[in-house]
Amino acid sequence: MSPSKKETQITQLHGAGGELMGELLEWLILPRLDFAQDKNLGAIGLSALDDGATIALPEEAEGKLVLTTDSHVVQPIFFPGGDIGRLAAAGTINDLSVMGARPIALTLAAIIEEGFPFADLERIIDSFASAIEEVDVPVVCGDTKVMPAGDVDGILLNTTGLGIAKRAISDAGLRPGDRVLLTGTIGDHGMALLAAREEFNLSTTLESDVAPIWPMLAPLFESDEGESIHAMKDPTRGGLAAALNEMARKSTTCIEIVESAIPMRDPVRGLSELLGISPLEVANEGKAIVVVAPEAADETLRLLREHPLGADAAIVGIVTDEYPGRVILDTEVGGRRFLDMPLGDPVPRIC
Amino acid sequence: MSSSFHFSDPKRGRALADAIRILSPPDPFKIVHVCGTHEMAITRNGLRRFLPKTVDLLEGPGCPVCVTPARDIDTAIAIAKAGAILCTYGDMIRVPGSELSLDEARSEGCDVRTVLSSADASVIARESHHEVVFFAVGFETTAPMTAAILLDNPPRNLSVLVSHKLIPPALVALLDLPDNRIGAYLAPGHVSTIIGTKPYEEWLTGRRIPVVVGGFEPLDILYAIALILRQHRDDAPRVENGYPRAVDPEGNPAAQKLLDEVFEIADVGWRGIGTIPSSGLRLREGFAQLDALDRFDVELPAEQDVIPGCRCPDILTARAIPSDCALFATRCTPLSPVGPCMVGAEGACSIWFRYGGERPL
Repeated sequence: MSPSKKETQITQLHGAGGELMGELLEWLILPRLDFAQDKNLGAIGLSALDDGATIALPEEAEGKLVLTTDSHVVQPIFFPGGDIGRLAAAGTINDLSVMGARPIALTLAAIIEEGFPFADLERIIDSFASAIEEVDVPVVCGDTKVMPAGDVDGILLNTTGLGIAKRAISDAGLRPGDRVLLTGTIGDHGMALLAAREEFNLSTTLESDVAPIWPMLAPLFESDEGESIHAMKDPTRGGLAAALNEMARKSTTCIEIVESAIPMRDPVRGLSELLGISPLEVANEGKAIVVVAPEAADETLRLLREHPLGADAAIVGIVTDEYPGRVILDTEVGGRRFLDMPLGDPVPRIC
Repeated sequence: MSSSFHFSDPKRGRALADAIRILSPPDPFKIVHVCGTHEMAITRNGLRRFLPKTVDLLEGPGCPVCVTPARDIDTAIAIAKAGAILCTYGDMIRVPGSELSLDEARSEGCDVRTVLSSADASVIARESHHEVVFFAVGFETTAPMTAAILLDNPPRNLSVLVSHKLIPPALVALLDLPDNRIGAYLAPGHVSTIIGTKPYEEWLTGRRIPVVVGGFEPLDILYAIALILRQHRDDAPRVENGYPRAVDPEGNPAAQKLLDEVFEIADVGWRGIGTIPSSGLRLREGFAQLDALDRFDVELPAEQDVIPGCRCPDILTARAIPSDCALFATRCTPLSPVGPCMVGAEGACSIWFRYGGERPL
């Protein structure tokens, strides 16, 4: 069933639980998410439209279930390198990934403003679907609500993710002597979003790095016989600075980072100079901080670089006990300072 | 993936570090700069690490919104309350006056707008039937832009509240404060592109103090510090241009002409410091009709320039560093600032808080 010509945007009735909502699900949403359902064989999944989903545990399952949830409120909704759909998928998959968990099921809830164009919704769901297809994980249930015009800005998405970790990786397991790796360039998402904002009127080649990173990280866990991965975290809101500070505080260690070793694209560097916003304080949506035992650093780097998403991976620092709970930055010119927890993301609503 | 410019080149950094070490003075030596952009570069790049133990490097009155007296902010608020659209630069609106900040006045219903340049205020005035007042703050760098809009057939509903300040007289005033043994000045590159190097010579005649104009890249600053220490070692103090790729000794004659046409020199107040002779600008008589003070009758609250316990006055006069203040990072943070130095993006406290400057590592 397709909509009439008049009907090109969301109305309140689409969220009212009645016939129109059923139609919206049937023709716009469900067909786009109709893959990887076989991963959930024998269980009650998305197409059942039941009150809840059941999830069949994989036969070989061992370890721990990992659960995470994330709401996405990005502005603009479509940005260079991605959109809110891809962001919602990657955000949740990445939270599972840095816990060491293979994603096995996702949920998707949308809160949509009345008047939101169908075409945009299609684009967003397509984009969400293509991101989760990269990881081959099914959406098992969802929800749609419509709010009166003005009560919500376009569309908000919430995604919950369930994963299985053979050994869950925390963000607090750092030990003095460990090496700190970044899986790629820093600052791309935040700076691309900033550049895309109308008020700055800038034209750049910057693109968000938004991507599900499970395929890049999975080989690390497969080969992690010696449990040499001590901690992981994805540097999203608050950027690298916030993530490192959180890790240092939680583990009561000191992280020392070499500024010149941090992979960064020139446009990110340039725009940050122009706007006076530190690239270390803005969000990344396709990167991880990986902390490993010193003897495993080179092999971890090699494995990361084997995946296209990890091509720019680098060893950027070391864990010490010099100033427990603090992060030190060895600056490019040879200076040294604390890299503190940012007050907040300098760019509001970007993830 | 590194940039094609190498103003942070570690090799050159090491060479300058060696030079600075060789030039280490045996006795305590205080270098003062007067520029928020310098402080930002120094702190963000951890440059104090390069300094010998005997050398201190402090920001003096280098943050223009921080040195704007509470009285001027009170006046701006009163003008906004009288119904004008009040336009000013971004940081200024969060700095507290005696009772309120412009930001707080805005939440009480005043029309306060931030602009990126003085020209934006002109545009707002042309598009409005209301009186529009540009609250003109800043040093010699922003003052010519204020002059420019006043010379460019300004709309009749535009006027200015002038609070511009001049750097060289402040350098002299700081030297005359008791207990302030300033050994040298690292002079601000941006201001110097406008005024050149001669005003430093004129103002500091007979003071026997090294004054080196410095740029803003890490290597520029280390270079300027090395020049200062060399002058000190050789006991040959003078005004030296360490930023010749941007600063002409004569400065920018076009900008100077604009300033001279519109403004005359005046004694003005600096927050936390007091009145400094000949350290500010006021409109010449021919521009009196553009003076916001003449258009509005304003009622001002009792003045409170600095809150008791806040050490901004000592920080702005280079007699203290932010971490000397008991309020720093405890009661006073960028989210809940007590003094102006924690509000202005160029204020020493704000920079130290944001970029981990509490002590050299």
